[in-house]
Amino acid sequence: MAMSFNKTADGEWKLDVCGYTCPHPQMYTKKALQKMDSGDVLTLVFDNPSSGESILAMCDAEGNDLIDRQESGGSSVWKIKKA
Amino acid sequence: MTESSNVLMQKGSLKAMGVLLFVIAGSLWALSIDTRFLYLLVYVWFGVIYGMFLQYGRFCMASAVRDLFAVKVPRMAVGMMIAVALYSIVAAIVTLSGFSTFHSNAMGWHVVIGGAIFGFGIVFTGGCASGSLYKTGEGNMNSLLVVLSISFAQAIIVSASGWWDSLVPQSWIDSAVAKDMPAELSVTQGWFDIFTAGYVWDLKGATTAEMFGWADTTFGIVVLNTLLTAILPVAILLVLLYAFYYRKGYLRRSGKTALSMGEEMAGMWAMCTSSKNTALAGIGLGIFAGLHMYVTGVLREYYGIMNFGEMLVAMGYTNGLSLQETVFDPGYWYITTQEAQWGGWVMQQLGVNTMDNIFFGLENGLPNPLLNAPGFMSIGIIFGAAVMALSRREFKWKLPNWESAIFAIVGGILMGLGARIGMGCNIGAFFATVTNGDPSGWVFLFGMVIGAYVGVKAFTKWMDWNASRNSSGCDL
Repeated sequence: MAMSFNKTADGEWKLDVCGYTCPHPQMYTKKALQKMDSGDVLTLVFDNPSSGESILAMCDAEGNDLIDRQESGGSSVWKIKKA
Repeated sequence: MTESSNVLMQKGSLKAMGVLLFVIAGSLWALSIDTRFLYLLVYVWFGVIYGMFLQYGRFCMASAVRDLFAVKVPRMAVGMMIAVALYSIVAAIVTLSGFSTFHSNAMGWHVVIGGAIFGFGIVFTGGCASGSLYKTGEGNMNSLLVVLSISFAQAIIVSASGWWDSLVPQSWIDSAVAKDMPAELSVTQGWFDIFTAGYVWDLKGATTAEMFGWADTTFGIVVLNTLLTAILPVAILLVLLYAFYYRKGYLRRSGKTALSMGEEMAGMWAMCTSSKNTALAGIGLGIFAGLHMYVTGVLREYYGIMNFGEMLVAMGYTNGLSLQETVFDPGYWYITTQEAQWGGWVMQQLGVNTMDNIFFGLENGLPNPLLNAPGFMSIGIIFGAAVMALSRREFKWKLPNWESAIFAIVGGILMGLGARIGMGCNIGAFFATVTNGDPSGWVFLFGMVIGAYVGVKAFTKWMDWNASRNSSGCDL
């Protein structure tokens, strides 16, 4: 399945990188956040657990907030608010 | 927690228990055949422990060098440094007790070149040699593809000969011929044989203590090998990681523009503990990697052997031994050589002569995978990671898409090539070396960092091109 990045509503974006392994998810997430404005929310869907650790550290370093985190059966749906 | 998530958790735990029981049953079966298989089972169970820690901490050394450049995240690099520090301390105790199984690697240009090729490859495969194993245990078939690619690439590299043999320097060929090796190894056919006998064997490898004439002394082991070769570089690298990758964010979070020395130290501590899972995995892996060496050393003394090949002969298993009646048996954490043996063994079953070379024929042998002790360590890593992933509900069967599959195969070939040129991977050529006082590991890491930097640049260009032609949504 190919990566998809869409604007779902005003100030809301969705990045789906399911099926991808490192380093795709964290690198696509970084690029997506760069494209967004401050205060926008990204819904990130991925299924590579090790990328999650790097994305968490990336958010921590850049001040972005992880406002929601759902994990189920190896898949993750995170909501990240850009600082 | 909802009722359905409780049920899922219980199912995951039951499956994890099932995997663990399978390994226990296999161990008991092996012991019922011959109690001396205890030696092999030590590899299995340390592999299981490594796999559990690797999965728990998402501990992948590819991430250590790649994520620094790709997303400016030092998490894994910090975890790796913690593991190096702990392993070096335990390794010092093991060496002082006389049970060390460590051998230094030869130092030369091949180490940095091999490291660079390996570092370039890991950016594309998404995992280092151990990382690919633990991710296979999470159900990731892309990582299994990486493991297979590394295995067969190495087996072909060390055994193939052709027109490319003429590209090696004549001085290497002359030096290889002068070694007067057994005719069945045909050392002048195959560039890797010529490279090994004509170049690597002419180089020296030593721990720092051995270089300064303090080998086998407490001062040499503790001060020169552990403090000077492992702990001091770790401390310097942690300071650099803090200064260049963590301090800015720490300043912003603390709302200050300048920090006192005490606050800087607190910042360093915050960096080291920012990912508790990774830090704990680093501590666990460091301690158990050292203990592994100790347990194997004790068993070698108990059984009166220097190599598992001697035990195999005593047990009546003589197929696949090297000309020296040995098999690959490092006695500590190692990955790529046993994977090369898997590939070589399969090729041999298909009728290819993979024993007419130094790597398999003289040094490591090609034992049946059921008798390959370090091979079982790698399998143990997969099972250990599966146990942890299942119990944490992170196990998921995942098939690669075409893009990932091509990256896995090509990256795996590069990792195999780099590992053979550099005489090991990030574990055998870096982790196990620097922690035992052999500075060649830092040279391998230097090469890995350069390779990963170039790899991230190349990967980013490809990703930009791929995103620009993506029609399913917005451009990235």
